[in-house]
Amino acid sequence: MSTATVQDKVATSASGRAGIEMMTITVRVKRFNPELDSAPRWVDYQVEADPTARILDSLHKIKWEQDGSLTFRRSCAHGVCGSDAMRINGKNRLACKALVKDLNPNKPITVEPIQGLPVLKDLVVDMEPFFQAYRDVKPFLIAHGNEPTRERVQSQTDRDRFDDTTKCILCAACTTSCPVFWTDGQYFGPAAIVNAHRFIFDSRDDAADERLEILNDREGVWRCRTTFNCTEACPRGIQITQAIAEVKRALITRRVI
Amino acid sequence: MSAHVTIEPPRTGNPGRSRRVRTRKGPGQVTRGNFELYSWLFMRASGVLLVFLVLGHLFIMMVADGGVEKIGFAFVAGRWASPWWQFWDLLQLWLAMLHGANGMRTVINDYADKDRTRAILKGLLYTAAVLTVFLGTLVIFTFDPNIKG
Repeated sequence: MSTATVQDKVATSASGRAGIEMMTITVRVKRFNPELDSAPRWVDYQVEADPTARILDSLHKIKWEQDGSLTFRRSCAHGVCGSDAMRINGKNRLACKALVKDLNPNKPITVEPIQGLPVLKDLVVDMEPFFQAYRDVKPFLIAHGNEPTRERVQSQTDRDRFDDTTKCILCAACTTSCPVFWTDGQYFGPAAIVNAHRFIFDSRDDAADERLEILNDREGVWRCRTTFNCTEACPRGIQITQAIAEVKRALITRRVI
Repeated sequence: MSAHVTIEPPRTGNPGRSRRVRTRKGPGQVTRGNFELYSWLFMRASGVLLVFLVLGHLFIMMVADGGVEKIGFAFVAGRWASPWWQFWDLLQLWLAMLHGANGMRTVINDYADKDRTRAILKGLLYTAAVLTVFLGTLVIFTFDPNIKG
C-alpha cells in the first residue's frame, strides 16, 4: 500500500515537472550608461523563463541573447557571495535567490540598482561608502595578552551568542533598504552594525568597548528608527534590528552579555 | 552627462540635494559623545511617564466631574492652589515639550536633506520649544488667583 503511494507521488511529480511550461515574462530594468545617459531610464525585455528559475537567469538571458551591454554584478550565483543584491519589484533581494514564480510574472518585473549608493552603470553601484562604514567598525579580531599556543577556545554557548550575525555576506541589501541611510549617507547602516555585533559579542575579542564607542557616534546606532526594513531585506534572515537593539543595550549598560 | 548619478531613494526626487556620503573621517571629525545615548534613554523614560501624566490629565479635564463643562478660571485656580497639581502640570509641560522637541529633532535630521534647511527648521523648533516651556513655567509659578489683580 505504502509502496503504491510513493510510486503514485513519483509519477505525479514526474508528469508535473514535464508539464511545466516556459513562460514569457517582461523584465523592466532601470539602465544607466554614464557615457550616454544623463538620467537612468527603464528598458523592457521579453524573456522566456521557467517559473521556477531565478531572476538572475533572466538577466543572463538578456545579457547573453539580447543586449550584451547590460551590466550587473554576480559571482557565485547561489546566494553565498552577496554580489547580486538589487531592488526587484521594489524590494531588495539577491537576484540569484528571487524566483520568477514568487514575483507575479503576469506584470513586468522591475529590476533596479540598490538605493542610496552612486550608480556606476546599470545595476552596478559604487560600494565604497558601504565598505567604508564596514571598515570603520574594525571588523577583525582584536585580542590582547599572550597569544595562545593553540587555538582560542570558545564554548558552544559563547559561539551561539553571535551566531546570527556571522551569517552576513555584505551584500548591502539591508543598508540600502534603510530610510535613515537613504537621507544620511554618514549613518553606519545596518550591515556595519551587524558586523560590529559579530565581534562585540565574541568572547575571544577584547575590543568590545572600542567598537561600542565607535557606534556611540552621532551617526551610530542611535540613528536607527527600528523600521525593520533591514531585517525584511536580509537574504540570510539575520535578525538585524535585534542585533542593533543589543548593541544599544550594551552601550547603555556598558556590559556585553 | 555626469559620471556619477545616485539613484535617489523612492521618497525624494531632488537630485540637487547635498546627500552626505560616508567618507573616511579625518581627525577632529569624530562626532562621538553620549548625547544621543542620553537622548534615546530620555525618550523611553519620558514616554512611559507621559502615558500616565497625560492620560490622568485628560481624564481629570474631560471625563471626571461633569466633563469639559466644568473647566473655567475658577477650576484652574482651584487646582493650582495645590502644589501637587502645580508639580504635575510642570512635569507634564517639561516632559511633553522636551519629548516632542527631541522627536521633531530626529525627524528633521532624518528628512531635511540640505544643511541650511536643517539649520532653519531646528532653529524654529528650538525657539518654539524654549518659548513654550518658559511661558508655561512662568504661568504655573506666578499664577495669581485674584483676578482683579
